[in-house]
Amino acid sequence: MKILVVDDEPDVQALFEQRFRKEIRNGELNFSFAFSGEEALHYLEGHASEIVMILSDINMPGMSGIELLKTIRKDNPLAPPVIMMITAYGDTDNYSQAMKFGADDFLTKPVNFTELKKKLQERYES
Amino acid sequence: MEFFLLTFFLIQFIRKRLETATKLPEWDKLLLGARYVSIGLMAAYYIFDESKIVSWLWYPFVSYVLWIIFTKDEFKPVRSLAQGSFPFIAISLFNDFARLIVPTKLFNQYGDYLVTAKVFAFIWLFAVWYNSQKQQRVLDKEREAQRIKDEVNQAKKEALEYLVTERTIELTRQKEELQKTLDELKSTQAQLIQSEKMASLGELTAGIAHEIQNPLNFVNNFSEVSVELCQELEEEIAKTSISDSDKEYISGIISDLSQNQQKITHHGKRADSIVKGMLQHSRTSSGHKEPTDINALADEYMRLAYHGLRAKDKEFNATLVTDFDPTIGKIDVLPQDLGRVFLNLFTNSFYAVAEKKRLSKENPTLPDYKPEVKVITKLFANKLYIRVIDNGTGMPESVKAKIFQPFFTTKPTGQGTGLGLSMSYDIITKSHDGLLDVTSVPGESTEFKITIPVNA
Repeated sequence: MKILVVDDEPDVQALFEQRFRKEIRNGELNFSFAFSGEEALHYLEGHASEIVMILSDINMPGMSGIELLKTIRKDNPLAPPVIMMITAYGDTDNYSQAMKFGADDFLTKPVNFTELKKKLQERYES
Repeated sequence: MEFFLLTFFLIQFIRKRLETATKLPEWDKLLLGARYVSIGLMAAYYIFDESKIVSWLWYPFVSYVLWIIFTKDEFKPVRSLAQGSFPFIAISLFNDFARLIVPTKLFNQYGDYLVTAKVFAFIWLFAVWYNSQKQQRVLDKEREAQRIKDEVNQAKKEALEYLVTERTIELTRQKEELQKTLDELKSTQAQLIQSEKMASLGELTAGIAHEIQNPLNFVNNFSEVSVELCQELEEEIAKTSISDSDKEYISGIISDLSQNQQKITHHGKRADSIVKGMLQHSRTSSGHKEPTDINALADEYMRLAYHGLRAKDKEFNATLVTDFDPTIGKIDVLPQDLGRVFLNLFTNSFYAVAEKKRLSKENPTLPDYKPEVKVITKLFANKLYIRVIDNGTGMPESVKAKIFQPFFTTKPTGQGTGLGLSMSYDIITKSHDGLLDVTSVPGESTEFKITIPVNA
């Protein structure tokens, strides 16, 4: 399962790679990283069919996670990837907006990796 | 006869002119006496068959009266009149002397002239009197006019004085009103400064929390994953073929590393909970105001706070007193936020009484202490009043001044974030347009008072 993680913090890559070390080694999960909304869209142009899931932060410089969500939902209506948005704690505005534009799931910062692993496991199995 | 008329009228005139009856009662008596003397003299004159001796007695009497008039200051106003009698007295005197020393034949020859002169002197006298009377009348009239004028002036003066007094009262009243307004303004200003301070502190707090949140997440996540990595490392080392003593040494280091990472995670989580508390500050109050049973809410959170403390300290005991106003009904509030305020206030109260209990146990000389926490609700004049009172440790003025500031706490490190009251303050003042006041007697009691306006 290929997952695209979109976050403006480069350290996210190291964190995900370490957190999912075993899963990556087993070949269960395959992560790609984009550090802005624009970069994510650019990546999707070439790999649209591969990406099964997108994990995106909302507050990013340039294109925000919500805009990214809107664009993806508009451009890929036929084979929609699963999109999980990462919302800041208590940020109800972004939560309801993400909900409105068709996000599949939500994670709150700080990301609880145990919970995320469980969610990915469920999706992977189904 | 003529002297009688003279003295009688003169005395009468003096008494009238000087108003002796009221103004000079002593002199009035003497004047009345003089009148009787003149009546007496006249009577004596006729009784003694027109005796010449009696008629001579008039002279000392009249002289005496005139002497008094001209020597006593009280009679100054009637002197000019008295002067009018001089010609008559002089002619009478001359007449009587002439009759005595001049031979009767000669006297009779010129007697007619003397009588004529006497009559003229008498007429003169009355003319003077009449004139004086007339002048007096004019004077009286003028005086009357002056008196009326004075009265009018007096009335005007009184009216003016009344006006001045009225104005003064008005001005005093205005001054007091202004003073009152000024005092109110001053206290409002103090409140504004306080709430501004709190607002900017709240914003600052939220800003800091936002900025700290992301790096803190990384700290927590990396430390957590490092623990996992340590475990993996240990597993991998077990597979290698290095000597057991080396393995032990290495695994010792790994376990220390793992412990360190766990400590980082632990303290990172602590910081995280503080950050969460800070963020609750800025959270634009979620949810809507809904009709809430304030009494039930207060009661619920009072028990919650009590049992929360009991769970930590089995020995702790306190009397819970509730004095609820049953007429409150349901009031539009943010139940979750107000609940948080209640929880903070009650937790603090129970903490304060528990502290005092602990102190009284340490010092057996203190009188027996019965912890008590009380909540009072009251709806009055479209305002909801909630008071939370405890008989705990109280607090000094220096502490009282800071309790609503974020991060201010008197609890030991780790037991309080110092955000509870700061947040409660925000919830009451911002979300409910209310007031949160505190009064405290150090060592005795603390009272928090919430005032929330209620739309009728």
